[in-house]
Amino acid sequence: MDFDFIQRFAPMYVKAAGLTLRIGAIGILLSLAVGALCCLARWFRVPVLRQIAAVYIELARNTPLLVQLFFLYFGLPKVGVKLSAEACAITGLTFLGGAYMAEALRSGLEAVDKAQGEAGMCIGLTTLQNLRFVILPQALATAIPAIGANVIFLIKETSVFSAVALADLMYVAKDLIGMYYKTDEALLMLTVAYLTLLLPISIAFSLLERRLRYAGFGSAVQGQ
Amino acid sequence: MGNAPILEVKNLSKHFDGTGVLKDVSFAMNEGEVIVVVGPSGCGKSTLLRCINGLEHPDGGEILLDGKRIDSGANLVEVRRQIGMVFQSYDLFPHMDVLGNLTLGPVQALKRPRLEVEAEAEKALARVGLADRARALPRQLSGGQKQRVALVRAMLMHPRLLLLDEITAALDPEMVREVLNVVLDLARDGMTMLIVTHEMRFAEAVADRVMFLEGGVVLESAKPSEFFHNPRSERARQFLNTFEFDAVK
Repeated sequence: MDFDFIQRFAPMYVKAAGLTLRIGAIGILLSLAVGALCCLARWFRVPVLRQIAAVYIELARNTPLLVQLFFLYFGLPKVGVKLSAEACAITGLTFLGGAYMAEALRSGLEAVDKAQGEAGMCIGLTTLQNLRFVILPQALATAIPAIGANVIFLIKETSVFSAVALADLMYVAKDLIGMYYKTDEALLMLTVAYLTLLLPISIAFSLLERRLRYAGFGSAVQGQ
Repeated sequence: MGNAPILEVKNLSKHFDGTGVLKDVSFAMNEGEVIVVVGPSGCGKSTLLRCINGLEHPDGGEILLDGKRIDSGANLVEVRRQIGMVFQSYDLFPHMDVLGNLTLGPVQALKRPRLEVEAEAEKALARVGLADRARALPRQLSGGQKQRVALVRAMLMHPRLLLLDEITAALDPEMVREVLNVVLDLARDGMTMLIVTHEMRFAEAVADRVMFLEGGVVLESAKPSEFFHNPRSERARQFLNTFEFDAVK
């Protein structure tokens, strides 16, 4: 193990980790927004939009991110739309993540007992008030584990962005291997870098999950 | 207000998958009146209550609250602010404490000041023996306590009419009493209530009138003293006999 090598190139990893994290964070936030919109379109059975959402979700979940990315990076310029590597990365991640987040949120919404919504209606709440105060808090609590899994999955997926020459963690590792043949050191640093990013996120979601475990404790008996 | 009925149900009918659950049901309720609906399971009791506050949409007939027709459209939210409903399964909001459950409707739906509502809620909790439970979460309460909270939650909306759908059916016997005592208090205070229950002794004690529903039809509507001791229809007699165990001895 060449520790001089590790010491010398560690700053490159730190810089690349910043890029991975930044693109991951922006992509995940946008994914949540897209996911919420798709989920609500289906929940409220909005005509047309809900069909579009359904098609989009299946399309995004059943094609590899790398293919989606190549489509954006190599395909779009052919019809005159040229995006930077970073814009492609964020768009690609959002395209994929939006579908996964929509499904996570849907599972949360569907887990809320129908009687909860009725109880909200019975104290005179409007549909939006009911959603905001009664249904969404419970749906989110149930969806948190799935959202957490998606966050980690999406950050890991950013590794494919090296394919469009974005200098993320994966790109740096591949670069160093190519230049110096220090495969062990480069991959070790890559592994450590991803773990350093993802472990705290994973632990944070576990703690959050434990705090929110009240969801689903609403009614001991289901009415008929 | 005079003597106009609070609630009028006219020729109400409701079908599920082609089966008639309610057939041409008509009755009226006056202010302060307590009507108990009894009948075998599947007779349409719950559906009747759910139609009245629009949780189910009737297929025919009409329902009037204070003379105004309840339709399935825009006025439903307004109507539900005037009709309280409590369910068998309590359906408290599990992510809010007791006080949060109680104040949500008055603060959000009625736009009343939170502090004022909280003060009222604490008083109401004290009246049902739960003064020290204001900050408890629903899962920390017993079934009987949950149901008393659910009753207070409905009452804090100051409804014109309260619908109770088998509110003791999921409770242990000793908890049934503590919940029914609250309902008896409400009746004494003049609350107008439409109650579905299988507690026949309670029905007899609380009701001004008993409606016997069978197959979606009102077979009898009578004073409790008449209905429980001298039912007119053979079917009602059979139904009441199922609560007696003399034949076993």
